[in-house]
Amino acid sequence: MIWKEILIRYGELSTKGRNKMDFIRRLRENIRHAFADLGHLHIRTERDRMFIAIQNEEQMDVLVKGLPKIFGIQSFSPVAACEKDIEAMKKLAITIMDTFKNEQLTFKVEVKRTDKTFPLESHAIQREIGGYVLPQFKNLSVKVKQPDIELRVEVRHDATYMMAQVIPGAGGMPVGSNGKSLLMLSGGIDSPVAGYLMMKRGVRLEAIHFFSPPYTSQNSLEKVKVLANELTKFGASIRLHVIPFTEIQVLIKEKVPSNVSMTTTRRMMLKVADKVREEIGALAIVTGESLGQVASQTLESLTAINAVTNTPILRPLISSDKLEIIDIAEKIGTYETSIQPFEDCCTIFTPASPKTKPKLEKVEHYESFSDFDELIERAVKNREVYIFPKKEQEADKFADLL
Amino acid sequence: MEVNTIYLDNSATTKPLKEVMQAFMVVNEQYYANPASIHAMGVESNELLMRAREQVADILHTEAKNVLFTSGGTESNNAAILGLARSNTHKGNHILTTEIEHPSVLESVKQLEQEGFDVDYLQVDENGVISLEELRAKVRKDTVLVSMMHVNNEMGAIQPIVEAAKIIHESSRAAFHVDAVQSFGKLPISFNDDEGPDCISISGHKIHGFKGSGVLAFRKKMKWQPYALGGGQEFGLRSGTVAVPQAVALSKAARVAVETMNDRAKKYRQWYEEICTQLHGYEEAVHILSTPQGAPHILSFSIRDLKGEVIINAMQKRHVIVSTSSACSSKQTKTSHVVEALNLDEHFKKGVIRISFGAYVTDEDIVKFKQILEEVMKEFKGEQI
Repeated sequence: MIWKEILIRYGELSTKGRNKMDFIRRLRENIRHAFADLGHLHIRTERDRMFIAIQNEEQMDVLVKGLPKIFGIQSFSPVAACEKDIEAMKKLAITIMDTFKNEQLTFKVEVKRTDKTFPLESHAIQREIGGYVLPQFKNLSVKVKQPDIELRVEVRHDATYMMAQVIPGAGGMPVGSNGKSLLMLSGGIDSPVAGYLMMKRGVRLEAIHFFSPPYTSQNSLEKVKVLANELTKFGASIRLHVIPFTEIQVLIKEKVPSNVSMTTTRRMMLKVADKVREEIGALAIVTGESLGQVASQTLESLTAINAVTNTPILRPLISSDKLEIIDIAEKIGTYETSIQPFEDCCTIFTPASPKTKPKLEKVEHYESFSDFDELIERAVKNREVYIFPKKEQEADKFADLL
Repeated sequence: MEVNTIYLDNSATTKPLKEVMQAFMVVNEQYYANPASIHAMGVESNELLMRAREQVADILHTEAKNVLFTSGGTESNNAAILGLARSNTHKGNHILTTEIEHPSVLESVKQLEQEGFDVDYLQVDENGVISLEELRAKVRKDTVLVSMMHVNNEMGAIQPIVEAAKIIHESSRAAFHVDAVQSFGKLPISFNDDEGPDCISISGHKIHGFKGSGVLAFRKKMKWQPYALGGGQEFGLRSGTVAVPQAVALSKAARVAVETMNDRAKKYRQWYEEICTQLHGYEEAVHILSTPQGAPHILSFSIRDLKGEVIINAMQKRHVIVSTSSACSSKQTKTSHVVEALNLDEHFKKGVIRISFGAYVTDEDIVKFKQILEEVMKEFKGEQI
């Protein structure tokens, strides 16, 4: 195997002054967590970059596939190594450049000779390797200023290191470096995308889902669990709080006029979420709301709903079009799950013509005839909590059939 | 006493494996709910369907959402060709295929020709293999579809799929469809990476699964027309309640076929060579159509101035089942288009026999077959050999 290590360039965190070491530590832990299956990884960190030692090809494959999903990485490069022998170096250069054989590209060779005892000087090495590689690849031409590819060669004391490929990372900041928030996860297309975007900015998530059996099926809950699990692919575990919501919804339907019942429902959900948020020590609440998308997402509705709390409510999709949201959902792999057609807690009690401009005073007036607080306490207390990614697989009942 | 029949017509169809039949039974008994239903039983059979789909996707190196369950090879081929051509007319209207394809491909292409598509057929040499130079010359900027079988069903020739894919992708925007009905489970075939085919057809009953089941798989999401309209099953492309038991059976048969592929290929190759050695002994009386570079499970040969049917009957009397060139064309009196394409000597055109191996064939069967072949040859060609 030619591979020796993977070099990781940090994303935005390079610019973050004093908290930098914190961020780097966080990124290292997230990488360890995401690749726990690979056993213990040897990770070496420097100020501006990080190295993961590679033990075998399989490890390399898994890392190259998985690293682009980890936030806080600007780009990374597989690094190969060979003996400090000019012939071996030429051979390795060919192997590496072979990756690019299908594109027309400009390139140059950059040489750094840390081991000054190596008989050839940097320029000579550059000439030797460049002169050997160039005639073998018709698609390459030399360009010294801003080439498409730099073949970097470093002659160190223990070996010669070489790399050329630069694979883009997910950008953003390491998950957990910007605190924790509670995501309201409905099972639709928007909320997982909102969660993803906040994770990209380094926010660690817990999720909350409102479950109203028998009006919503076990399927819709399973779907939400799948979505929560999908989000863990981006480098952190997620706890899902499932709130038994039937009681509250039934009371709303009985006591509140149907054209504002939806607003009240949202207000109650937010109250419950705020209580859970407080318990778990999260700082903000994240929603997938997008302005004007549905009746509950007009500015008037948002105002009336928001009035139940002072907690910051983060709405990363507020200005996104539905199609833009779908694009991201497809990219992160939650779309297919989200569009499964199960009744969820939002759709089932939806009145025929909800008010798009509810008045806060009126909504508060209608709510004042019932005691929701006790029900809210109970719902919070009776919630079920699931942790993702699931540690153990259940026994596979289909194994014999397949 | 019941006589043990030696079945050597596995390219026409195969006997399902015991474990495949077992799985089919269990699914029909326990997971018979409609996978589109939202009740718990439906969810369960949908889960099972997804698992079957994922398993096939894994084998072919694609994603589950790109795997469609169909009713078999013919449907897969029809759907791929008609769907890919008709929905990509903005790219052009040129189609490329070979002259030795299965009728399900040739007839689809003819249909498209009537609709105004421009069709070119690649020729094959005496080994049944296309020329990559001819392919390179005939692929055009406006080619929208190239359809090529991986292994020929009548004589086992293998087409250079990987090299062809490269040429096609380099010089056109065409989709590359591979009919892998005869090769899947016998030779490695998958989408693998960016250099493979775009679309693959598979049939269940050629790999010890069931008749009436097949797969059409894509490398990635492609512009493609739905062709069975209704409830929007199979990603909206092929409506109709999905046959979960068939899907599970196919998935299992595919897994077993791929897992045992190398061992069986070795065995088949050995039998192939043993029989060829015997056939060479008959010198001028026999011409072997298959080549050692071809697939190991199909051996086609022809006997001078004799009708294939005569041999079949003579063998059958001795409880050996072999076939003329293919099951589809064996009932027709005219020479098959594949045999025509191979430019065979007139003396050998009528007498083509195909023997094809499968998982149930044993060493003893082959020993017995060789004795019977010797008997039959003596009977018809006694004075010549």
